[in-house]
Amino acid sequence: MADFSAKFYANFIKDDRWLGLVSGLKVTLIVTVEALLIGVLIGFIVAIIRSYHDKTGRFKILNAVCKVYLTIIRGTPTMIQILIMYLVVFGSSSLDSIIIGGIAFGINSGAYVAEIIRSGIMSIPEGQTEAGRSLGLNYTQTMRLIIVPQAFKNVLPALVNEMIVLIKETAIIGYIGEQDLTKAAMIIQSRTFDAFMPLLAAAVIYLALVMLLTFFMNKLERRLRTNER
Amino acid sequence: MNANQDVLIQVKDLKKAFGENQVLNGITTDIKKGEVVVVIGPSGSGKSTFLRSLNLLEVPTGGTILFEGVNITDPKTDIDLHRQKMGMVFQHFNLFPHKTIRENITLAPIVLKKMTKEQANARADELLERVGLSDKADAYPEQLSGGQKQRIAIIRSLAMDPDVILFDEPTSALDPEMVGEVLELMKQLARDGMTMVVVTHEMGFAKEVGSRVVFIDEGLIKEEGTPKEFFENPKDERLKEFLSKIL
Repeated sequence: MADFSAKFYANFIKDDRWLGLVSGLKVTLIVTVEALLIGVLIGFIVAIIRSYHDKTGRFKILNAVCKVYLTIIRGTPTMIQILIMYLVVFGSSSLDSIIIGGIAFGINSGAYVAEIIRSGIMSIPEGQTEAGRSLGLNYTQTMRLIIVPQAFKNVLPALVNEMIVLIKETAIIGYIGEQDLTKAAMIIQSRTFDAFMPLLAAAVIYLALVMLLTFFMNKLERRLRTNER
Repeated sequence: MNANQDVLIQVKDLKKAFGENQVLNGITTDIKKGEVVVVIGPSGSGKSTFLRSLNLLEVPTGGTILFEGVNITDPKTDIDLHRQKMGMVFQHFNLFPHKTIRENITLAPIVLKKMTKEQANARADELLERVGLSDKADAYPEQLSGGQKQRIAIIRSLAMDPDVILFDEPTSALDPEMVGEVLELMKQLARDGMTMVVVTHEMGFAKEVGSRVVFIDEGLIKEEGTPKEFFENPKDERLKEFLSKIL
């Protein structure tokens, strides 16, 4: 026990080392939120273009661009995408790596979000579109008021899953010099030569984040579901 | 104008193909104001495709449709505008499951700025009362029986104050004991002078309220006439065979 408190003291209290974890958490959260916003935006646009193309055959070129995007992003490691973004695309720019990371993760996440939302749109029976259109609503109104709200409800669990993956995946942002939660734990380890304590702390914080997110999303999901009972 | 004045929908040589599959082979007919046109035919005859072409849910591959004098098959025509005047009732109801019954009815009138929210709600209450479903206003479609859903679907289209309502096999997905309540409402509409085009297998309905019965087979109108002459003295061989099977 004495050993434990001594280790705890050395890893977290001494020299205010816990502050490193706090600022690491901040970086993780900022990158996640950035990526989430960009990802949902890209994902939504790509999903709409793809389903509009599937339905009407229009937007051929845009649809092809989207397909290339999906293939490349989903077919290559996130790690390499981040490094290319940092070293090549923004190699000569002075943009903060936290922004570059957010963009890279956002572009990555967008590909997965796009397919999730598209599957949601496809899951809504054609009759719903026909009912909306036959009342005189145009394509956009039908999408916005009838299809997307139902699709969103259907894919919420899959979207939450993607968010969870995203939170944890930001751990590799340390490779482009950003001190996120994981990197902060490694910095403590390099000072104290104790790997267990700081990594355990980081793991517990990730776990808490994910559980918090799941909690709120479950609440949202329940609220959306009760609408139908 | 003159003679055509009371013609609501004028269909000329309507054709529709799905790829190689030619479904409509040139249908020509006029639907007049206040008429109840009952469309019958064997499955795969093209009767549903014909109905769905009238409001361009299926885009015809040939021919023209004039609705209230406007050529709606012209790609330059804003079809959304004309669809507001053409209600449609589907076999599978297609109510919006994420909206309450009242919202189902008021959504289009409000979004399309035909009514304020208050007006639309008042109209919905009035329509709900008419079909005896006032207590379901705040329920969701899932909580209703099939017959109730279809009656809601009918008043949802009525809320837009259409000039014609298209019915695509409105009772085919219903349990037998629920068919009556839906047909009863449709008969009321017919008596009130609503123009209706009804694809159905309900011959009783055709005989009782149909002003004209149309037999479609192989994508063509093979025979049409008043219910009396149509059922008592059919001429087309295929129609005779069809009637002998279902009557």
